[in-house]
Amino acid sequence: MIFTLIVQASPYQHQAPETALRFAKALLRQGHTLHRIFFYRDGVHNGSALVSSPRDEQNLPEQWQALAEEHDLDIVVCIAAAIRRGVLDATEAKRYERRGDNLHSAFELSGLGQLVEASLASDRVITFGG
Amino acid sequence: MSINKRFLLISRSAPYGTSAAREMLDIALTCSVFEQPVTLLLLGDAVLQLIRDHRPDEVSQKNLNALQASLAMYDIDRILIPETALQKHGLSTDQLSIPIELINAEQLPALIAEHDIVITI
Repeated sequence: MIFTLIVQASPYQHQAPETALRFAKALLRQGHTLHRIFFYRDGVHNGSALVSSPRDEQNLPEQWQALAEEHDLDIVVCIAAAIRRGVLDATEAKRYERRGDNLHSAFELSGLGQLVEASLASDRVITFGG
Repeated sequence: MSINKRFLLISRSAPYGTSAAREMLDIALTCSVFEQPVTLLLLGDAVLQLIRDHRPDEVSQKNLNALQASLAMYDIDRILIPETALQKHGLSTDQLSIPIELINAEQLPALIAEHDIVITI
C-alpha cells in the first residue's frame, strides 16, 4: 500500500512527529511504500538543521534525515508555512535577505501542491498532530 | 490532473487564536486549484470561523471573511456544520458569513466514509 504522512506539529513540544517517525518506520518495515512525508504548520520545524538536542535525547530532524537517506524518501517542508516560521533554505534566505539558512539538506521546500499530488498518488494519507 | 479524490478537511479551532483556520483554507484552495472536490467540516469552536464581520485587525490578524467568501468561486460550496456546534455557541445560520449545510452527529461516520482523503487541522 502507498502511504503519505502529514506532520503538523513541532518536535520536542509534541509527541506527534515522533509517532509519525515510528509509523513511517513500521510501514516501511512491513513492505509498504512511503510516497512522501509532508511537513505543514509547526511541523516545518522538523526540517530545522539547527535543532540541538542534549546527548541523551533524540534529535528528530536528524532521524528524519537518516530515514530519508536509508529509504530514499521524499521529505517536503511546506514553503509558505516554513518561511513564516523561519525555516529557510539558502535560496529563500537570500530572497528574504536573512543572515543564514537552516533547512536540513535532506528536506525540500515546496508548495501545498505537493500535498495534493501526494494524496492523489497514495492509498492512505495519515495526519499527525492535526 | 486526471485522478479525482474527494477531500474532507476537518477543523475544530476558532479563528485567529491559532493558524488552523487560515492554514486549512490554504489546503482547500490548493485542492481546488488541482481540481479536486473539497468538503469543509467545522466542528466545535470552528463554527466561530464563519461569524460575519470579524475585526481581527484589532489583534493584528488578517480577516478571513474575504478568503471564505471566495470559496464559492473555487467551487468549494460544501461547508458542513453540526447543528449542535451552532447551538452551543448560541448562533443561527443567518449570523454566518457564507451559506452552510447543517448536519447532525449521526451523519458524521457516513460523511467521513464517503471521502477519500481526510485531513484534520
